[in-house]
Amino acid sequence: MKNWFDISARLRRNGVLGINGRNASYTLPYNRRDRYPLVDDKVLTKQLAAQAGVAVPELYGIIEIQREVRGLPDLLARHHDFVVKPARGSQGDGIIVVTGRSRSLYRVADGSVLDEEELVFHVSNILSGIFSLGGQTDKALIEYRVNFDPVFEAITHRGVPDIRIIVFLGVPVMAMVRLPTRLSGGKANLHQGAIGAGIDVASGKTLTAVWGTSIVTEHPDTGNPVSGVSIPRWDTLLELGARSYELTGLGYQGIDIVLDRDKGPLILELNARPGLAIQMANRAGLRSRLEKVEQHRASLGSIAERVAFAKEHFAAGRG
Amino acid sequence: MRRAHLYLLAGSLTTLALALFLYKHFIFGFPLAPEARTDVWRVEVRLQFEAQGGPAKAEMFIPVRTGPLIVVDQSFVSPGYGITTEPQPEEGVRAVYSIRNATGLQTLYYRAVIQPESLIDQESRDIAPKISPPELEGPRLAATQAVVEAAKRQSADAATLAAIIVKGLKGARPESEESFLLGPQPSNRRLVAVAVDLLQFAGVPARVVNGVALAPERRSAQLTHWIEYHTEHRWRTLYTVDSRGSETGQQYLPWWRGSAPFIALSGGREPVHTITTSRSYEYALRTALNRQRELEKKLVEFSLFGLPLQAQLLFRTVLVVPAGILLLVILRNVVGIKTFGTFMPVLIALAFRQTGLLWGLVFVTVVVAAGLAVRFYLERLKLLLVPRLATVVIVVIMLLALLTVLSFRLGFERGLSIGLFPIVILTMTIERMTVVWEERGAAEAIQQAAGSIAVGAVCFLIMNFPLVEHLFFVFPELLLVVLAATLLLGRYSGYRLTELYRFRVLAR
Repeated sequence: MKNWFDISARLRRNGVLGINGRNASYTLPYNRRDRYPLVDDKVLTKQLAAQAGVAVPELYGIIEIQREVRGLPDLLARHHDFVVKPARGSQGDGIIVVTGRSRSLYRVADGSVLDEEELVFHVSNILSGIFSLGGQTDKALIEYRVNFDPVFEAITHRGVPDIRIIVFLGVPVMAMVRLPTRLSGGKANLHQGAIGAGIDVASGKTLTAVWGTSIVTEHPDTGNPVSGVSIPRWDTLLELGARSYELTGLGYQGIDIVLDRDKGPLILELNARPGLAIQMANRAGLRSRLEKVEQHRASLGSIAERVAFAKEHFAAGRG
Repeated sequence: MRRAHLYLLAGSLTTLALALFLYKHFIFGFPLAPEARTDVWRVEVRLQFEAQGGPAKAEMFIPVRTGPLIVVDQSFVSPGYGITTEPQPEEGVRAVYSIRNATGLQTLYYRAVIQPESLIDQESRDIAPKISPPELEGPRLAATQAVVEAAKRQSADAATLAAIIVKGLKGARPESEESFLLGPQPSNRRLVAVAVDLLQFAGVPARVVNGVALAPERRSAQLTHWIEYHTEHRWRTLYTVDSRGSETGQQYLPWWRGSAPFIALSGGREPVHTITTSRSYEYALRTALNRQRELEKKLVEFSLFGLPLQAQLLFRTVLVVPAGILLLVILRNVVGIKTFGTFMPVLIALAFRQTGLLWGLVFVTVVVAAGLAVRFYLERLKLLLVPRLATVVIVVIMLLALLTVLSFRLGFERGLSIGLFPIVILTMTIERMTVVWEERGAAEAIQQAAGSIAVGAVCFLIMNFPLVEHLFFVFPELLLVVLAATLLLGRYSGYRLTELYRFRVLAR
């Protein structure tokens, strides 16, 4: 019992944010309810980003009603590889990454193979809403599969690594790169076993990583060290993050970006309730950084100012 | 600002609740603990007969308010029958079940809830009845005279006379006057009838009382008979069967008086009746409730005690739900246990109240495990969501039916109540569990399911705690305290207990 109080006091001293704290102090007061649909529905997010001139993975097609599922094979025939995802999915549930095909079979990123019927069934399931947040009916998106930048080749097991930036009032406060593992089945989702390597906001270099609840310094499958990798075009990513505030109007959000070999940074999705494991990836608490942004709120105007503020204050090792 | 508002709201709710609570406890004298209990008896008569086609009429005596026991609630269950009650002077009240056309086996029920009355009216006087001495002649007259004369000599008043007469009859030697009056192998009924005749002859008004001895969980109670005699403006009771009666606390429920048969039937044959008695505890609030002055009486009438007994029992369950919900909020937001569905554990806990904890756990586990197996099998058939959910609901219901039959065959009566399980909630849980299973692995799915059931079990333990049930039912204003606590928890922004473990690497 005493130990628990001790841990609690230390966490508080280190500015670690808990779920209750995140909800009570940040998402509830800073995220307006009417803005949630913009990020909860990936179709809307895509439209929004496209209007603002922000690059997103190309949309091949949307399946909205059960009847359209029959047209799926025709739609897919034009593409060698693609991603199927639910528009309202949470935590990466229901996403299938097809990396290629052999005759009538689809090869999936986790190494398994699906036939046409199984893929159609999966899309039907998406439409009936089993992956969506409230269980309401959903849409299925078929979109461009990212050819990820080889920069993370050595520390990725299959799948596509993505970069998560927490943006508070337009200031990128913390970032990590999520690296798929064998355990996560090629998905860049920490809940499913991917590792998350913290990123030094000032320099764009990776730090140590979190795997489950422990800190790791090497990728569990490839054995290569995860720290010290320079993220290419880091300043562009920070700007993308800062701009997402104007895009959605959500004060506290997470933005997921992939680096495409050919097309550069693409926004995958935005999240109004980003997870808290990023603190372990960076070995730093979010609350102290968020409070700093709140203090300087008045002086933070343009995107450039906000990025500069982030680089100045949120360097690794400075809390 | 928001915080001040919340604290003010929570504070005033709590103050209001505590004020009411203390007022009711100290001024009204409502008990804090459920220990002050009195017995409540449930009596049921089942009457079956073979109808002969055509009109049928069954007349049956029903218990009436006499002495220390009163009928607080009664019901008649008899599909298609018209029911009237007819007071029979000197005898009691008769219920008449009648129907125009009946064939085959008929089953009629009468149920009553009986409670001891705490305040016995000492003032009122029973009107002195007329004496109708039996008309006797020949040897019976001589024998009666002899017995009565002997008893009169040995007694001082009506009470001792009655006692001596009964004693004499019970200990009758062969060839004596008493055994001549009783006849060969006398039943208790015969003994009572003779004793009443003797008392009447001696000038003491007396009558035969028919009723049942109240016993906990008696499946087929026998009608028994005793004596009432009138003296000093009151009817007194004399039991002839069990002399230890008053010492063992045995209670007798008077049903009707006189020698009329219990059941009179026309239009049918072979009437068979079964009387069942059972005991349940009822809080001795009646004393508190009876003491109120006019204004307070109104307050009581508009409280839960103004409701029929059935509704009171229902609210006893409903009012503990907030306690379970508060616990759930704590377990989810302060401890950080993951559960399927927000309030699923509370519904599970409600179901546990019917089945008992152990059986509840067994049933939930079996149903969820079997449902999951079916769901995984259905995965191969590639069904769409709604039909798939419907399929699982149907399978879950069949499983429940099967489990009930099995457990009953094995002799577990508890199994009979699992029909009350939240079937749809269980089905949604099974569906959600398969998604978690496939997307995040079996470990996570089982962990969440175990969490849900464990939280349900803990909620059950709180909700089933007699003191908790008593407090919320007697003092429903305490719900305002629960409300205030829940509101305050809504602003709890500290760490969850599980987060201390999760983020422990950051506690440098």
